[in-house]
Amino acid sequence: MSAVLEVTDIKKNFGGISAVGGVSFDVREGEILGLIGPNGCGKSTLFNCILGQLTPSGGEVKLDGKVVTGLRPAELNKLGVSRTFQLLQVFPKLSVRENLILAGQEHQGSMASRLVGRSDAGLTEAANQMIGFFKLDHLAEEPAGGLSYGQQKLLDAAMAFMGGPRLVLLDEPAGGVNPSMLTDLKERLVAINREKNATFVVIEHNMEFVMSLCSRVMVMAEGTVLAMGRPDEVRKDPAVIEAYLGH
Amino acid sequence: MSGFAKPLKIAFGLIVIAALIVVPMNFNRYGLFILSQWAVMAIAAMGLNLTLGYAGQVSLAQGAFVGIGAYAAAIMTTHGWPLPAAIVVAIALSFAVGWVLGYPALRVQHHYLAFVTLAFSTLAFLVFRNESWLTGGIYGISNIPRPHIFSIATNKPLPFYYVCLGSLAIVSLAVWWLIRSPWGRAFMALRENPLRAQSLGVDTRRYTLMAFAIGSALGGVAGALYAPLTQYIDPVPFNLSLSLDLLMMVIVGGAGFFLGPFLGAMIAVLLPEWLRFTEGYYLMLYAIAVMGLLIWSPTGILGILDRYLAERRTKAASAQRAVAKSRLETVQ
Repeated sequence: MSAVLEVTDIKKNFGGISAVGGVSFDVREGEILGLIGPNGCGKSTLFNCILGQLTPSGGEVKLDGKVVTGLRPAELNKLGVSRTFQLLQVFPKLSVRENLILAGQEHQGSMASRLVGRSDAGLTEAANQMIGFFKLDHLAEEPAGGLSYGQQKLLDAAMAFMGGPRLVLLDEPAGGVNPSMLTDLKERLVAINREKNATFVVIEHNMEFVMSLCSRVMVMAEGTVLAMGRPDEVRKDPAVIEAYLGH
Repeated sequence: MSGFAKPLKIAFGLIVIAALIVVPMNFNRYGLFILSQWAVMAIAAMGLNLTLGYAGQVSLAQGAFVGIGAYAAAIMTTHGWPLPAAIVVAIALSFAVGWVLGYPALRVQHHYLAFVTLAFSTLAFLVFRNESWLTGGIYGISNIPRPHIFSIATNKPLPFYYVCLGSLAIVSLAVWWLIRSPWGRAFMALRENPLRAQSLGVDTRRYTLMAFAIGSALGGVAGALYAPLTQYIDPVPFNLSLSLDLLMMVIVGGAGFFLGPFLGAMIAVLLPEWLRFTEGYYLMLYAIAVMGLLIWSPTGILGILDRYLAERRTKAASAQRAVAKSRLETVQ
């Protein structure tokens, strides 16, 4: 399998503090890579450097072999890279369906055609399918701000898939989600991974979620890679146990 | 109830439109002037509502764009050009200047952006006042002609009121289309959460510039109508206080609501006139009324309605949940 994402020696400094200190890894097509580490170890900063929300102090990011370092988030999204955020980022005043239409509309035609074309950008059907897929049917017309936290997390994840991305970076998708919804979320992610061969990188603190979802796990500590391997290998790694798992 | 809501809204809209066409036929010259001014200011406020209310970009320069449109129309029509051509030039000029003014918004936001646009407003006023070779300076431009529309002269107040009302109708339809299009959704995303918008592929730079440019262009349209309405312009009406008035119209009516500028312009233009019976106190009463309204409802008049509807929706949803819960308990 070829690498969809190649990250080489990414560094990010804030003043004199090194948040990410030369991280390299790749993500293969169709893979679900877990990214774990203690709070403040640089996971989200690494995500933001990969996704163009922060300019890296050094290093290179390649997507399908092409250098994309420094591209803006919207440009990366057009290339098939999508993300979710650690904190909820839905549009509370829009309905669930409209959130999903918004999430996909910029992938439909040109900017001019979106002005003169249909108000739903031809996405109502696709949005309805996504709503059904994430079991949000009964909430389609509800304003997203009125949904429960777990439902908003599901919507947030569904929005990341509306543009038909090849690579999705999920930042703590399980955070604050109750166990039954967590099972739903995991099932949906696995289904999308299998059916659409979508590639995921998942930051998560919920070890059970990560270990059961991911084919490989990368462990970060103090801005660097501490370990990388299959979940069972990582679990046994003494350095990981000492730095993070603690048991 | 929801089945009746749409026909009711349409019927109400048609009654208002019919009233705006028929009732002014009995108005005197001054009444028609005030109503025409309301239509013109509503167009300018709709532009600002797009920039500020929908896209969330603060601007204290809308009055300057009304000035740019007014001077473009005054200069062109006094040199024999027809008003429609002047409106096209006013739109193009305001759009281009608005686009350029949008660039600072890519770097600064909120009150910093307000100060940048305030500086532009001052700059525009100085150009209107000092570049007398073009603008007539403090003496302004007089004898601005009113147009012939389909060979019908609009010199008299009533026909020109219909020109203003027709223009307001066209602009309203265009803005309605825009805010319901994917662009409107992208503007809203830009206002609510630019970070998330970017991650969904929304080119926030281009949409920010577009929000400024289109909003400014509507200011230009308003100006191009203002010049033949007053038939004389000088720099004073386009100073910072017009931008502040327009900002107040948008906020009082309800920023981010389609009908907000109509109501806001009504309050700013018509309320002082209605209060004139109080003689020397009318401006004070007007100021107190506006302050009271904004203290009671910071989201403007339509914000009150929106809050009421949101509460009703919440109550209905709670009732549904309670019914579902009791059914579940009965089954168990």
